[in-house]
Amino acid sequence: MTKKAARKTTAKKASAPTQQVPLVDYLRLGARPYLRAHECTRCGARYFDRRNACAKCGKTEFKNARVKNAARVKAFTIVHRAAPGIPAPYVSAIVTTEDGTTVRSNIVNCEPSPDTVKLGMKVKLTTYPIGTDDNGCEAVAYGYQPA
Amino acid sequence: MPADPNNGDDVWVLGTHMTKFGRYPDKDWVDLASESAMAAMADGKVTIHDMEILAAGSLFNASAGPGQRIQKQIGQTGIPVYNVANACATGATAIRTVYMAIKAGEAEMGLAVGVEQMGKMGMLTGATKKESKTYEPGGRFGAVTGVDGYLGTEGMPGVFAQAGMEYANDHDGVGFEQFAKVAYKNHMNSTLNPLAQYRKEFSLEEVMGAPVMSYPNTLLMCCPTGDGAASVVLVSGERLKSMSKRAQKRAVKISASVLTSDPWTESGQVLPDVNTLTRNAAQQAYEKSGVDPSDLDLVELHDCFATAELLHYDNLGLCERGGAGDWIDSGGPFRDGATPVNISGGLISKGHPIGATGVANVYEVTTHLRGEAGDRQVKGAKVGLTHVIGLGSSCGIHVLEKAAV
Repeated sequence: MTKKAARKTTAKKASAPTQQVPLVDYLRLGARPYLRAHECTRCGARYFDRRNACAKCGKTEFKNARVKNAARVKAFTIVHRAAPGIPAPYVSAIVTTEDGTTVRSNIVNCEPSPDTVKLGMKVKLTTYPIGTDDNGCEAVAYGYQPA
Repeated sequence: MPADPNNGDDVWVLGTHMTKFGRYPDKDWVDLASESAMAAMADGKVTIHDMEILAAGSLFNASAGPGQRIQKQIGQTGIPVYNVANACATGATAIRTVYMAIKAGEAEMGLAVGVEQMGKMGMLTGATKKESKTYEPGGRFGAVTGVDGYLGTEGMPGVFAQAGMEYANDHDGVGFEQFAKVAYKNHMNSTLNPLAQYRKEFSLEEVMGAPVMSYPNTLLMCCPTGDGAASVVLVSGERLKSMSKRAQKRAVKISASVLTSDPWTESGQVLPDVNTLTRNAAQQAYEKSGVDPSDLDLVELHDCFATAELLHYDNLGLCERGGAGDWIDSGGPFRDGATPVNISGGLISKGHPIGATGVANVYEVTTHLRGEAGDRQVKGAKVGLTHVIGLGSSCGIHVLEKAAV
């Protein structure tokens, strides 16, 4: 939610303004959500977490990079037996984005069946709420859906 | 190709033992390790007083000092103890630790022990999710709650399913049926192994029709948790020369001992790359030993899940590059095939008590090279290879050769 939108909500005196928080800090919410990577300024290797030095080349400088939202499925599995509290079956996948970054996530808005999910399938980034905490704050995850 | 005569510079397996893998509610891991260690020394006709180094590994007891706990059961002789932990490569790391000490000339004889007691850990579904009451970013990804099940799976059956499906994406002729054949083969092999945790044959249809854990891995394509221990006594070639003819005849030469970790790959941060480090280790092992993949009479490799085994046919050079699907379809890794793989039943059916696994596969190959494997003996076996992967990752490979004397 943008600052402008938040002010507007406050002005209307809504009883419980819904706050959103990304599930992980590299998911950037907003009008057009995307994944932010730390990109090595020398070799271009990308990392979703913070690194003390680049695991590929050793350089210690990184810049923020916007990962492209279009991707293809490189590998997937359909998880039927999940840890308690996780709805199953669901599709877990490894996708390669248009700009060559590998991402792990669920495939959403897609039947969890090997007849539906295909290797090489075109997908795109999407976001969806996964729950609300005691303060009314909503957590938002990312997934990929068929493009 | 028989091993070179003992030139004194090599390291040899003198004695070895593994407990039957399974569940031991009436014993603890110290009992299992001690039983195996003493039996390995008895097998080599030596005692704890001959040992100059002890390396021990038990992943879930890493902070308990496994080596010293074992010493208190079998002999506190004051020798250096190295406690090692390297995920599923823990046992192979213990062996390599003793190997390096002997190679370095610091010891002539040493003992490596791997052990685990897992019972029924229920590891197939992954960790129980912790649901936060308040979303506060934490950890290196600033996660506000557990990500397993939202940002893909962290469960092992799924992680290895994806590794297999990546191979299927890159190569033709690989699918559910080829993966399932791995489990069909390994369950069948285990029926001949009295030390295996499970010894039941299943048809290919039964494997494919079993409950799906993480497609394409069904329940029968996943290794079980369990208890067990395995040990080896290693000796220098020089010391072996002074031992009995029988000891020299039963000794098995370690022609290569290799440990690698995973080099950076683009996808490694989201999908553990079990291929590159295996390829690197295999290349080193073949170079050091002078053994060609086509020389191998048997291979024990890390089939934690059926999807994983197929990749390693390719990584270890047992088949044409990209040809793992065709290779299993043509019977290559079966008992009567070109290179029998996991004749013990593998992790899938022999079992996978984590710390013991990387020692137990050396036990298995050694036993075949000695011609002492009973019903499951690979006839005339002279050269074998063992392989383990510890996720994170570590890869241990040992090439073993029959004594020429």
